[in-house]
Amino acid sequence: MRFISASLVTAVPCTVVLGLVLAAGFTPRVSAQDVPDIGPLRPVVVKPMESHIGNITGHSTSDNARYDYRRFCAGCHGIAGDGNGENAVWLDPKPRDFTIATFKCRSTLTGTLPTDEDLFKTIGRGIVNSNMPVWNTVSKQERADLVAYIKIFSPRWDKEKAGTPITIPPEPPVTLESISHGKALFTKLECWKCHGPHGEGDGPSASTLTDSKDNPIRPYNFAIAGNDSRFKCGSTNQDVYKIFMTGVDGTPMPSFADVIQPNDAWDLVHFLRTLQVHRKSKENEILSAAHGVIPPYVEKQTSNLTPATVPAENKSPGGGQ
Amino acid sequence: MRTKQTLLALLTVLVCSSLMFAGTVSGKVTYTGTPAHQKPIDMSKEPSCAKQHATPITTETVVTGPNNALDNVVVYVSSGAPDDGQVPTQAITYTQKGCQYVPHVLAMHVDQEFQIVNDDQTSHNIHPLPKVNIEWNKSQPPGSPPIKEKYDKPEFISVKCNIHPWMHGWFAVLKTNHYDVSKDGGDFKLPNLPPGKYTITAWQEDYGTQTADVTITGSETKEVNFTFKAKAY
Repeated sequence: MRFISASLVTAVPCTVVLGLVLAAGFTPRVSAQDVPDIGPLRPVVVKPMESHIGNITGHSTSDNARYDYRRFCAGCHGIAGDGNGENAVWLDPKPRDFTIATFKCRSTLTGTLPTDEDLFKTIGRGIVNSNMPVWNTVSKQERADLVAYIKIFSPRWDKEKAGTPITIPPEPPVTLESISHGKALFTKLECWKCHGPHGEGDGPSASTLTDSKDNPIRPYNFAIAGNDSRFKCGSTNQDVYKIFMTGVDGTPMPSFADVIQPNDAWDLVHFLRTLQVHRKSKENEILSAAHGVIPPYVEKQTSNLTPATVPAENKSPGGGQ
Repeated sequence: MRTKQTLLALLTVLVCSSLMFAGTVSGKVTYTGTPAHQKPIDMSKEPSCAKQHATPITTETVVTGPNNALDNVVVYVSSGAPDDGQVPTQAITYTQKGCQYVPHVLAMHVDQEFQIVNDDQTSHNIHPLPKVNIEWNKSQPPGSPPIKEKYDKPEFISVKCNIHPWMHGWFAVLKTNHYDVSKDGGDFKLPNLPPGKYTITAWQEDYGTQTADVTITGSETKEVNFTFKAKAY
């Protein structure tokens, strides 16, 4: 009896404490009615899609793709691929909406789907001046799987083939003349209206620009970056050339593919390099050898885009170096 | 021989009668209330365009005429007339002139080719912003050839020039050949409608859509009028 009462004395408080601990652990702190209803998670139908990067084949149905997309991409691009991930509200520019399949960095003409290689490169390169990081620490196979996974979100990938990559002719030598012609084109094609007369992203229309979803967007500032400056879609002269010919879809940057000849585009590349004043380049070397003065372009018979046809009032203000 | 002749005669009668008994829906688009004041556009940043307008032009979100008339409203048969799939072959043109889109609203059939021309001395970029069709964005410097395009899904597409931010217009891509855009005091006319029941839709870029049902019994002209409630802002 004494034993029983003694064990009761210890057992009762122990049970109460245990009960309290259990209660704290298992009773919901708020009742189910207080939790806002976020609705069921929208199920994502993973269509079997493929990507081909060299000899690597990516699969949307692979475990890699599903796991990596949720881990690395969904935070911004959203589980449903609609660009509405939970971080999206904080980002500028906004993450791509894969459901409309409009992509910035392509080797293909405006309005066409990018190649697998284009998407693969974007993932590995990241997009400068945005929140898209460089994902080159993710294995090539996994990146290829992600390229395939991105395709499940838009029906365009079922019906359409990727566009044909543009051909980039060999780059002609950089000369003072090509820089001067490039500068004339920069004025003529109204590049400066957004990018500014000195490429500082401060042209008269710059403050009005919006992307295709009506979010404000800034034109590229050529002058600000240092020696390691990159563009959104790469850092080589070929990458810059590609930008004019493909445009940056989803943004105000149009395609010039139908209106400029390859040589004109190369001249424009050479001039744009001189706007990157802090970057070491062949173009800047040639320009400093000419004491920083770009001579006015003298019209040649061969070019059909001549600055002579530009009325005086359309010349960019203070366009000189 | 006689049967052939009879058949031919019958066919002629049939074809003629279907044309004879084609009805027309016509009417006027008007508004009630006070439409928002259209803002004058400052084109001083593009002198070659500014000098083309003796007095500054205004935005064209709401274009009105005398007696509360409303222009630039797309009026089309939205149901009742099965689309015959005949894509018109005539060229339709969207012109950039004086840093303005002419016409402000270009209506077209799905898959119909249209061309965009630049009559200005400045470069434009044509940036339509479709949601169901495919988006593209092209530059068009002065003197360059027309841009030829078409859209394969019906949609009202907003069109922009990013270089000249005041430029704004619309493509109305429709899955019918029975359409008109109200003009000259809000007038519209939809001819060649065979007998039947139709739904007519009117679309205004700021005020949205309105519909009306109409029945055509023979070669008659039915009057259908649309009245939009103006938004003050």
